[in-house]
Amino acid sequence: MKAAFESPFFLTKNQHKVVPCFFWVNLPRNNLFVMKNKSLVSIHDITKDDYEKILNLAEKFEANPRQKILDNFVVATLFFEPSTRTRLSFESAASQLGARVIGFSDASTSSVKKGESLKDTILTVSNYSDVIIMRHPREGSARYASEVSPVPVINAGDGANQHPTQCLLDLYSIRKTQKSLENLHIAFVGDLKYGRTVHSLVIALTHYNTTFHLVSPLELKLPSSVKRFIKEKNLEYHQYTELEEVIPKVDILYMTRIQQERFADSLDYERVKNAYILKNKMLENAKKNLRVLHPLPRVNEITEDVDSNPKAYYFNQAKNGVFVRQAILATILGVNISN
Amino acid sequence: MAKQNIRIQKTNIKLSGSERKELKVSAIENGTVIDHIPPQSVFQVIRILSLDNISNQIMIGTNLDSQKLGKKGIIKVSNKYFESEEINKIALVAPSATLIVIKDYTVVYKAKVEIPDNIKKIVKCINPNCITNHENIPTKFIVIDKADLQLQCHYCEKITKKEVMNFI
Repeated sequence: MKAAFESPFFLTKNQHKVVPCFFWVNLPRNNLFVMKNKSLVSIHDITKDDYEKILNLAEKFEANPRQKILDNFVVATLFFEPSTRTRLSFESAASQLGARVIGFSDASTSSVKKGESLKDTILTVSNYSDVIIMRHPREGSARYASEVSPVPVINAGDGANQHPTQCLLDLYSIRKTQKSLENLHIAFVGDLKYGRTVHSLVIALTHYNTTFHLVSPLELKLPSSVKRFIKEKNLEYHQYTELEEVIPKVDILYMTRIQQERFADSLDYERVKNAYILKNKMLENAKKNLRVLHPLPRVNEITEDVDSNPKAYYFNQAKNGVFVRQAILATILGVNISN
Repeated sequence: MAKQNIRIQKTNIKLSGSERKELKVSAIENGTVIDHIPPQSVFQVIRILSLDNISNQIMIGTNLDSQKLGKKGIIKVSNKYFESEEINKIALVAPSATLIVIKDYTVVYKAKVEIPDNIKKIVKCINPNCITNHENIPTKFIVIDKADLQLQCHYCEKITKKEVMNFI
C-alpha cells in the first residue's frame, strides 16, 4: 500500500516494525496487529485478525477480570461530553486491572472552558498518563488527538463518527451468544442513518458473511456510504419498515434509540420516535438462539417486560464491555496476561 | 528540476516549427508554464501554489483564446520548478491544466496534471462538526474517487463531493 502524508499513522511499504498506521478496511494491508502501543481511533484501523485477537483476549479477562497487570500504569479518561456508561465501563476495566484512573467527566470542569485547545489538553495530560481514553463532541477529534499525543489514544466516541470499543463489545456479545460470528442473520432496528454504533458494526460484520436485515423509517435508512461495504463483499441485505416480520428470521436483533438530538425539526422526531417498540410477546415466534442487543441507553424502544426474557442480552452486553476494554487496554499498553 | 522529480506522465514532445513559434511569443528562459487553466480558476491556482508569496517573475494571462477550452488562463513562472505532488494539487480546480517545463527556452517536459491520492490544506471539510472546522488543524483528505472527485476527510471520515467543495 502506498504511504500517504507524513503522518506516523501511515505504514510505508517497506516498514517491517510496528508503527501507528491508518487503513481503510477495503484496502490491502500488512498483516500486523497494529494496536500494540498505539491508538485505537476507528474501526477502520483494525482487521478481522485484530478483532479475533481482542475477542479472544477478552474471553480470558472474562474468566479472570481482576488481575493486577496494570498496577504501574495511569489511565486518563478525558470526557469532553458526558457519557456515564462508556466512562464507567473504561474506569471499571482499568481499575480491575490495577491501573490508576485520572481525568474529567465534563468539559466544563476542564481547562477547555478557559479556551484551551484540544492539542494543548492532550499534550498536557499525556505527561500524566500512559494512555488517554477520550470522548469528544467533534468528529475527527480522536484521530487528531492520536496524532499529537505521545501516548496512545483510545477513542471513546468522537461526535457521530466512531466508537470502536462499542463495536468490539458488540462483536464479542454476538460471538458469545451465537458461538460464532460467521453466517448470521442480524437485524438492525431504529435509527440506522445517524447511529454510529450501527455503522461501525455493519462494517465489521461484513467480514463474517452476515445477512443484514435493516429496519428503519424511510428517513432513517442506512446511508449509502455504509451500504457500500456490504455491496463490496456481495453480501445480502434486506430493508424493511416493519419490525414484526423480521423477528422470526434473525439470530440477533440489534435495537437502537432514535436520537432526538439528530432532528432539526421536532415534528419529524415526534413522527418516528415510537416507530419501533419491542414488546415481550413479539418475541414468541423468534428463533431459540435469538438475542436482543442494544448499545444503551434505551428510552422506550424496548419495554421493560422484555428484560426478564432470556433473549434479552443488553445488560450482559454492557458487562461484556468491561472485558473487551480490558483486552484493548492490555493490548495497547503491551502487557501480557497469565492464563 | 531533476528528472526524477517528475512523476506525472510524460508525453512525446515534438518541437515542430509552429510550436517553437508559439512558445517564443511569450517565452521564458527557464521555469514552468501552467497552461490550459480554466479562466475562473487562475487565481485559485495562484493561491494553491502560493505564487503570491514568491519573488520570481510571474506572467499571468487569462481569458485567452483556446482551441481546446474556448477560453483559458496561463501562468508562467521564471526560474521555478514544482514537485509533481505540489503541482498536482491544482488538478482539483484545473483538471485540464498542462504543466510545461522550460529550460533554455526549450520545452523539456510536458504533462497533464493528475489528481493526487491525498489532498492537504487546500480543501475545507464539508462536515460542520469536523474538528478541522473548530481547531487550528490543516485539513487532510484521501481521494477515494478521482473520476467523480470525492474526498474522504482523514479526521472525521466524511466524504466531500466535488459539487460542495470549498477551498480554504
